[in-house]
Amino acid sequence: MMSGMKQIKHHLTEPLLMGYAAGTLPEAFNLVVATHISMCDNCRAALAEYEAVGGEVMVDVDPIDVAEDALAATMAMIESGTLTEKPAPARVKNSIFPGPLQDYVKGDLDSLKWRKVGGGVSQMILPTSKDASVRLLRIPAGTAVPDHGHRGTELTLVLQGAFVDDEDRFAAGDVEVANEDLQHTPVAEEGMDCICLAATDAPLKFSGLLPRIAQKFVRI
Amino acid sequence: MTFRKSGAKKLTAEQATKRMAWVIQVSAVRDNKDKAAFAELFGYFAPRVKSFLMKSGASPDLAEECTQEVMATLWNKAHMFDPAKASVSTWIFTIARNRKIDLLRKQKRPEPEDLPWGPEPEPDQADAMGLQQETEQLGQALAALPEEQRKLIEKAYYGELSHSEIAAETGLPLGTIKSRIRLALERLRHTMK
Ligand SMILES: [Zn+2]
Repeated sequence: MMSGMKQIKHHLTEPLLMGYAAGTLPEAFNLVVATHISMCDNCRAALAEYEAVGGEVMVDVDPIDVAEDALAATMAMIESGTLTEKPAPARVKNSIFPGPLQDYVKGDLDSLKWRKVGGGVSQMILPTSKDASVRLLRIPAGTAVPDHGHRGTELTLVLQGAFVDDEDRFAAGDVEVANEDLQHTPVAEEGMDCICLAATDAPLKFSGLLPRIAQKFVRI
Repeated sequence: MTFRKSGAKKLTAEQATKRMAWVIQVSAVRDNKDKAAFAELFGYFAPRVKSFLMKSGASPDLAEECTQEVMATLWNKAHMFDPAKASVSTWIFTIARNRKIDLLRKQKRPEPEDLPWGPEPEPDQADAMGLQQETEQLGQALAALPEEQRKLIEKAYYGELSHSEIAAETGLPLGTIKSRIRLALERLRHTMK
């Protein structure tokens, strides 16, 4: 299973792992983090550690008294069986979409409703809370995504194929974390369309005039 | 505060025993629906979960409601707890965090794929003990950090810092729990081949 796992070279940053462990990231970022962790044992183990830090922060707080009848009320809640867990959504194996992503993307790669954003690149925006946005990007083999900088943080996780930018090469499972200082032109490698999951907490800014006009229309 | 920190090292074994006691209490809830063991866990954790949720921005009423749900979830999911992979404090924290996202932030929480850890009849005692000890050491290292640095980490977990404000360098001796979990994952991947 996931034989490509060993080749992952680019991992989540420590602040992202900590934010995910703490539960303080925007939903769009959580989706990228959970999807990467589904593909990466290294980050899964690192997450366990940050969750342990969270547990220690929690036991170290000054306790605050709960209601006098809290234990009795909790036992009553348990006995009434009213606290039910939503059943875990059905997930399929061997999809290019790891489990957490399947909950957001219905169907397989070919049945998706892609929207062209110019230069042959297509995208599909996934519904999340508004504090950040996340989308699937499909970059045809050999094609460049318009040169762009970032206002906030942008996470790009490769699901299929690979892209190369000024920094490095990113293949399936690799995640690129780009901040304001990075101006880059990702180019999909020849051979296979590159499918990425990309999240940002600010709109991208494009340097050329045309892409800037296009941006008004396509919400990239 | 400072008294607690001096001589903290000597307490490790004793504290790890306290952690093993929590593990035994969770097992008693799982195996025997033991209400006395549950009451012990409740007495220690509920006021801390409540305080943590209030520091994370919940009103006292919401924090109270949420705390009771967290503790009820502990009862319901006791069979899922694995002391070789988490301390009880870590596990309860993750339950509280998930309720917080659900109730306070009203967001879905994308979770990683479950691993087919498979039926592990009884988790290895040495693994469990080792992990409990390492978590205890982590807690003590956190308590021993310079005040300012510790406050920063707390703020990160209360949600007062954004991810871009969280410095990568925490000053905590991270890596021991990570390598233990890593080993377990490698064993798992190996058995699945
Ligand atoms: Zn990773």
